[in-house]
Amino acid sequence: MISPLGWIIIWIGVAFDILGAIGLVRFPDVYNRLQASTKCVTLGTFGIMVGIFLLKGFTPMGIKALICGAFLLLTSPVAAHALMKGSLHFGTKMWKGTVVDKYGEDKLGGEQIEKEEK
Amino acid sequence: MRYIIYFIIGFCFWLLLTLSVNLDHLIAGVIVVLLGTIIFGGYFTDKPVKFLQLHRLFWFIIYIPFFIWYMFKANIDVAYRVLHPQRPIKPGIVKIRTTLKTNIAKVFLANSITLTPGTMTCEIDDDYLYIHWIWVQSSEIEEASKIIARDFEKFLRRIFE
Repeated sequence: MISPLGWIIIWIGVAFDILGAIGLVRFPDVYNRLQASTKCVTLGTFGIMVGIFLLKGFTPMGIKALICGAFLLLTSPVAAHALMKGSLHFGTKMWKGTVVDKYGEDKLGGEQIEKEEK
Repeated sequence: MRYIIYFIIGFCFWLLLTLSVNLDHLIAGVIVVLLGTIIFGGYFTDKPVKFLQLHRLFWFIIYIPFFIWYMFKANIDVAYRVLHPQRPIKPGIVKIRTTLKTNIAKVFLANSITLTPGTMTCEIDDDYLYIHWIWVQSSEIEEASKIIARDFEKFLRRIFE
């Protein structure tokens, strides 16, 4: 009973990973791409880890997979913050459809939004 | 005191990783965890007593399924935006104010916001957080904080403060 459940969770995880990769291609600028890749890939990989745990049970491999999943949840947002802050300070412009940029107004002296081409 | 608790937690992790009570493994574990304690123990929380208060642990355990449910919703949301032919996004960076005081609570709030629907933390500046939002519903500070952060703050205040 537990084994099919593990496989189902693993395949859900793989599906979310693929969606994250599609988002990486389809979204227009660095910030939106980070959104897609961080969320989908974190939950996708976490799903794969939980699936491995369900398949293997309380063996060394299963426990290690579970611990990997927990650390992934803790560290992947931090990596995303670092990338995002780095690109903000580097001066990467935001997509032209962006509606508001409080960070640019407060810290960088003006909105960092790409101008519409005429 | 904080070094002792750090040592105990580190050693529990070591036991989980090796899953054996072999003497060699135990000795290696003690050496590694001692090194880690000496180097990183100083950065550990100021009030380690909080680890022994069981109601915090209780709220943390309730927080985990709540958080995973929000993460799942976030993924459905992103999947919808990715697969929709018109790609419905309206991004922007908004500013919100948090009522949490301790550093560790703010870190957990920022991480939770990053993994939940359409929002992602750019920077923490004292009480203010800058959030990249994939579908901006409001750029007012108070209203945005209410939509984004209130649910988590209720839990995190009980866990960490």
